[in-house]
Amino acid sequence: MSLDPATVRRIARLARIGIDESDLPALQGELNGILGWVEQLNEVDVEGVTPMVGTGHAALRTRDDVVTDGNCRDAVLSNAPDAVGPFYTVPKVVE
Amino acid sequence: MSYTLEGRTGTWEIVVGLEVHAQVISHSKLFSGASASYGGEPNTHVSLVDAGFPGMLPVLNHECVAQAIRTGLGLRARINLESRFDRKNYFYADLPTGYQISQFTHPIVGEGTVEIELGDGTVRHIGITRLHMEQDAGKSMHDQDPTRSFIDLNRAGVALMEIVSEPDIRSPEEAGAYLRKLRQILRYLGTCDGNMEEGSMRADVNVSVRKAGEPFRTRCEIKNVNSIRYVMHAIEVEATRQIAVWEDGGEVDQETRLFDPSRNETRSLRSKEDAHDYRYFPDPDLLPLVVEQAWVDELERALPELPDDKRDRFVKQYGIPRYDASVLVAEQAIADYYEEVAKGRDARLAANWVTGDLFGALNRTGRSIQDSPISAQALGGMLDLMADKTINGKIAKEVFEDMLETGDSAADIVDRKGLKQVTDTGAIDAAVADVLARNADKVAEYRGGKDRLFGFFVGQVMKAMAGKANPAIVNEALKKVL
Repeated sequence: MSLDPATVRRIARLARIGIDESDLPALQGELNGILGWVEQLNEVDVEGVTPMVGTGHAALRTRDDVVTDGNCRDAVLSNAPDAVGPFYTVPKVVE
Repeated sequence: MSYTLEGRTGTWEIVVGLEVHAQVISHSKLFSGASASYGGEPNTHVSLVDAGFPGMLPVLNHECVAQAIRTGLGLRARINLESRFDRKNYFYADLPTGYQISQFTHPIVGEGTVEIELGDGTVRHIGITRLHMEQDAGKSMHDQDPTRSFIDLNRAGVALMEIVSEPDIRSPEEAGAYLRKLRQILRYLGTCDGNMEEGSMRADVNVSVRKAGEPFRTRCEIKNVNSIRYVMHAIEVEATRQIAVWEDGGEVDQETRLFDPSRNETRSLRSKEDAHDYRYFPDPDLLPLVVEQAWVDELERALPELPDDKRDRFVKQYGIPRYDASVLVAEQAIADYYEEVAKGRDARLAANWVTGDLFGALNRTGRSIQDSPISAQALGGMLDLMADKTINGKIAKEVFEDMLETGDSAADIVDRKGLKQVTDTGAIDAAVADVLARNADKVAEYRGGKDRLFGFFVGQVMKAMAGKANPAIVNEALKKVL
């Protein structure tokens, strides 16, 4: 698998990362290097093997349905660059 | 009768599938301990997990899993003992993490079915493709400021069930019946309150059109329709639009659209080519969810009786028509009310009073069954007076109206107004004799073969006795004399 410049551009846009046209060849080379390295896994025959999702055998932990958190608006808004009263604000988004 | 739309080039049928987002009833959110309750001051039902702070980890709410399984069982669906959580990536201001945790490749619930009944009595089965758990997003407010949108994350992270139907729906009516049935099942199960006005149940509607016998054509998705009536309108409007596009030689593009009820049209919502590229991948913070069959069995044993089962039992146990039974099981509270009235009494008569006079009274007064001005015990008390012939059916109507107004018991009203039925045959015989004497001409006609006049005589006698005579005795007395 190999990515062409158009695909690299598209991936960047989906991730909302602005890139310069002049950076494309380098990024294309790096991404293709990563993909090529990962593709070595295709050499392993995994026919009939259950997919492994982690190294531990732990089951997913769950919690009881009780309210133990929240009511910490100051902390929640602490990093908001432009909070107004109890709200975050962002540049107007209307579709 | 199948539903079709007529175009210039012939007859079209419509194909509809629904994705319903149902908000799970729980105390806390799907992956955080913040409150999941409605309302609350802005951004107070929010934890650092919901706000997407770095390093925060999601921990799954056990009860939300139970709710999803209960719903799956209620939809007669397969429960997947192993399911997984994936990240659905997109950027929006009310989604702080930049991804929604959802279940993409391995949902907790697989194929099921919902039985719907149409106005003409036709029964159809709509397939369920899957049900999966996911997080709700926050709320954006665009009308608070000229240049900014305000964000409230109270809803962010609340558990949703997305219930996806097969494209089995063929008319707006079927879509409406499906949504009503789904809502009924969710309410019976107590897994979602089904309140579409408050947004706790919303539908995305997939619509395409085709000529008879064709494979499916391209569909459009109408997002976030928030009432059953709008869903039905949107389907018709969108199908009509698509027919016009095809008939003008065009192509329908697969896209997301918005229904505007004020203009009765759908509009393209996201023309962005990337709209559907969510780059799903397994959430590395969450292991696969494995549930034990024993737990599923335990949840199943604890399920309430579901509406279809209750309807069938009502028909069998109470001998009432299927239609009446369907009406009575529409809400659990109505079914409970009915059973209380019917217990140990004439169950058909009870059904008639509940679906007739009581529903009429609730409609008129704008009340629900929960705050009915006449309790089930009170209505039962009135039926008892009819059963022991203290009052007849006509007087019962009067007593019922009085109960509605005053809240008094039927027995008190009968005493207060002196409505006790006259069963004294002497008094009835006297009234009969009087009526016949005053209508000698009609008596002659009756004896001459005009049988229909019998009803007239009954009416006159009842009138003479202010409606309080026992109709059976009046009939008998008249027959004897005539």
